Amino acid sequence: MAKVILTPTQTPTLFLEAENITPDVLAGKNAAEIAALHGFVGKTTVTLGDYFTVEGAGGQTAADTTVVINGDVSRVKYIGMKMSAGELIVNGNADMYVGGWMTGGKITVNGDIDAFAGLGMTGGELIVNGNAGNYLGAAYRGDWRGMQGGEIRVSGSAGSDVGTFMRGGTIVVGGNIDVHVGTHMEGGTIIVKGDAKTRVGGQMVKGTIYVYGDIDVMMPGFQYRNDVDLEVDGDNGHFALYEGDMGERHSKKKGVVIYGQLYMKY
Amino acid sequence: MTDYLIKNGFVFDPVQGINGDKVDVAIKDGKIVDAGDVTNPTVIDATGMTVMAAGVDIHAHVAGPKVNMGRNFRPEDKLFNCTAGSGIKRMEGGFSVPTVLRTAYLYARMGFGFSMEAAMPPLYARHTHEEIRDTPIIDQGALPVFGNNWFVLEYLKEDEIENTAAYIAWLLNQTKGFGIKCVNPGGTESWGWGLNCEKVDDVVPYFDVTPRQIVSGLIKANEYLGLPHCTHIHGNSLGEPGNYGITLDTLKIAEGIKPQNDFGREVVLHNTHLQFHCYGGESYASKSFESKSKEVVNYINSVDNISYDLGVVTLDETTTMTADGPFEHHLSHMNNLKWANTDVELETGSGIVPFIYNPKTFIAGAQWAIGLECGLFIKDPMRAYVTTDAPNAGPLCRYPRVYKWLMSAKARDDVLDNTLKYGDRIRERCYIGELDREISLYELAMMTRAGPAKTLGLSHMFGSLKPGLEGDVAVYPYNPETDTDDPEKIEYAFGNAAYLIKGGKLIVKEGEIVDMGNKRTFWVNAKVNENPMVERDIAEKFRRYYTVTQNNYTVKGPHFVPNPYVIEVDSTK
Repeated sequence: MAKVILTPTQTPTLFLEAENITPDVLAGKNAAEIAALHGFVGKTTVTLGDYFTVEGAGGQTAADTTVVINGDVSRVKYIGMKMSAGELIVNGNADMYVGGWMTGGKITVNGDIDAFAGLGMTGGELIVNGNAGNYLGAAYRGDWRGMQGGEIRVSGSAGSDVGTFMRGGTIVVGGNIDVHVGTHMEGGTIIVKGDAKTRVGGQMVKGTIYVYGDIDVMMPGFQYRNDVDLEVDGDNGHFALYEGDMGERHSKKKGVVIYGQLYMKY
Repeated sequence: MTDYLIKNGFVFDPVQGINGDKVDVAIKDGKIVDAGDVTNPTVIDATGMTVMAAGVDIHAHVAGPKVNMGRNFRPEDKLFNCTAGSGIKRMEGGFSVPTVLRTAYLYARMGFGFSMEAAMPPLYARHTHEEIRDTPIIDQGALPVFGNNWFVLEYLKEDEIENTAAYIAWLLNQTKGFGIKCVNPGGTESWGWGLNCEKVDDVVPYFDVTPRQIVSGLIKANEYLGLPHCTHIHGNSLGEPGNYGITLDTLKIAEGIKPQNDFGREVVLHNTHLQFHCYGGESYASKSFESKSKEVVNYINSVDNISYDLGVVTLDETTTMTADGPFEHHLSHMNNLKWANTDVELETGSGIVPFIYNPKTFIAGAQWAIGLECGLFIKDPMRAYVTTDAPNAGPLCRYPRVYKWLMSAKARDDVLDNTLKYGDRIRERCYIGELDREISLYELAMMTRAGPAKTLGLSHMFGSLKPGLEGDVAVYPYNPETDTDDPEKIEYAFGNAAYLIKGGKLIVKEGEIVDMGNKRTFWVNAKVNENPMVERDIAEKFRRYYTVTQNNYTVKGPHFVPNPYVIEVDSTK
């Protein structure tokens, strides 16, 4: 597998928008060609070479290209945007929109990421060995198509509005989570292994949320149904099942109304 | 001003009966002249290309508060869909609800010179005119909506045509409007009571008036005033299965009414986006829903005083927006997407819902078929105009795609066989399968310029290449002799005009926009006899009900309409 190593040489004064840092774009290009790819800082157009040293070259296709960023890119946005295959490893923190609209491949961030990661993603894996910001796996503002497939794993905590308008796929948060989880959710699974605050599953229509820790304030639109024993993400546990959001429309399947499901671990 | 001579093109001008002949077109001082009347012109070589008068759009929602609300609440419409400025062009963006600049550039690239904003809420006329002002290149007018206006409802309850006409004349002057638009007559107002007007004889609560009285009264008032355009109607029960009977009832209201105007207009009722009004059956399910386009268009073929536009569904994700508030509410409960709604005090209402015409569903495919059938059943193409009710049935940028479907049976079959999931079922439930007609370029020129110009009462300015008319000419990179092999060439050519001359100025040169033109706002100043009762009613309504004063209502001054073109009519004689 061909490898491209990008090492940051300077921190942008504003923010660098680098949607070209994906295996899809870097495939088939040598170091000089990669350094010449454009990015944006404010309204100016820059090249990746202005901000990174480039070693190695892309493989023939995205699938056989690995991109490694060695260093802090906490002022670089859109890393791995729309990637469809291959691998991207960030050894440092990254800014917003990591893996936005990605359809396949794998992104690993060994550090923290900011908001809007995995926005509208339809496939692939996004692994964050650190904390995530707000709007993880959510929908672009205004859109009703949030995360639709694939998997996001965050070892640390996540911010607010995780999985807004989520329609499919899985989000696992190892730590705690801020307010507004799975708002308007219409499918998929969110697993929170730590505590949640308020407004979990508000206006949820379908889908599943598991919370291992506490929820500060339960949404009034959720009703307790029964206790169940489940295996979730490799852990066995005893859960209380709540269904909701009762204030929303719900479809029927074979005469049975389908609700959003919220499991709380005892 | 530069003179232009367009040489060697295949010219299509139904008004003069020119059908693909190689005729030179000359422009001097902004007007079309005889080819011999220009000296030292700039010559445009149109060899192998199609030359027509610039297009005229009779119905599109491209400016005003609901378009802007659509832009505001659909940021995702601009996601990955913006183009940076270059040359004289500024940044443009958006698909179904484009920015004003993209609207102007789109029209220029499609070779259009005039567009009618199809629904202007009078209270928000100022906003509408600000957007029109900011849309360069094309000339525009706007139709204020009257079908649920309290004055109109009160006057027409008693069939007071003269008072209605006096109020219309006042409102056109106040809002710098062009003509009479009527949306879901009585229905939007009834919705204030949680009701709707689903048939032409349903009674509007409190006002005690029916859609039949409203439509009939507005047509009579329109002809009383002698306005250039006829009454422009979006009837009751739009989009409802089985609504074709209501459509026929509405159209029959015009029976026997003769046009009275000095503009050469021959129709008294324009039924807009006919596609949405030609449904049979009882539900949207494929075992019940059916096309009734043949029945409706056959009726229109049998009379001579009705025109319509198609409103073709283009199978895209788009944004629906109409003054038909109850319909949008109904739609939002069908697709469960976001919904915006406004009640415009005393006058009208409005709703907005994003909508996906999904080719994998039966109903979207059937709607697509019905829109095209409306264009293919017409006997006189001077009375059927190509629109997508932009952006309701499809975005503005899809006009060339609709031309392709109308002009090529092969392109239609390709959609039925490959794009639509239920193509065969749609062939059974609609008439599309039995239609092999292909609209010719000559007929297309009628349906996109000559016809709409005539019905708007603007045939003395637009729609033809007759000497004396405005110097509005479009040249398309389409060779009618050799490009007939591939329908895709139609779509490309009509979306990428090689040249557009507007008002004698070269706007598009070799496919690039090079000039922002001299945009004008058209409005109609109708003179009526003094009418103290209507004047008193207006003062009274402002005193008692309106939340604004008349001073903050009137569209006035160069800020709102910096470059007006006023058409005068006089009914005092």
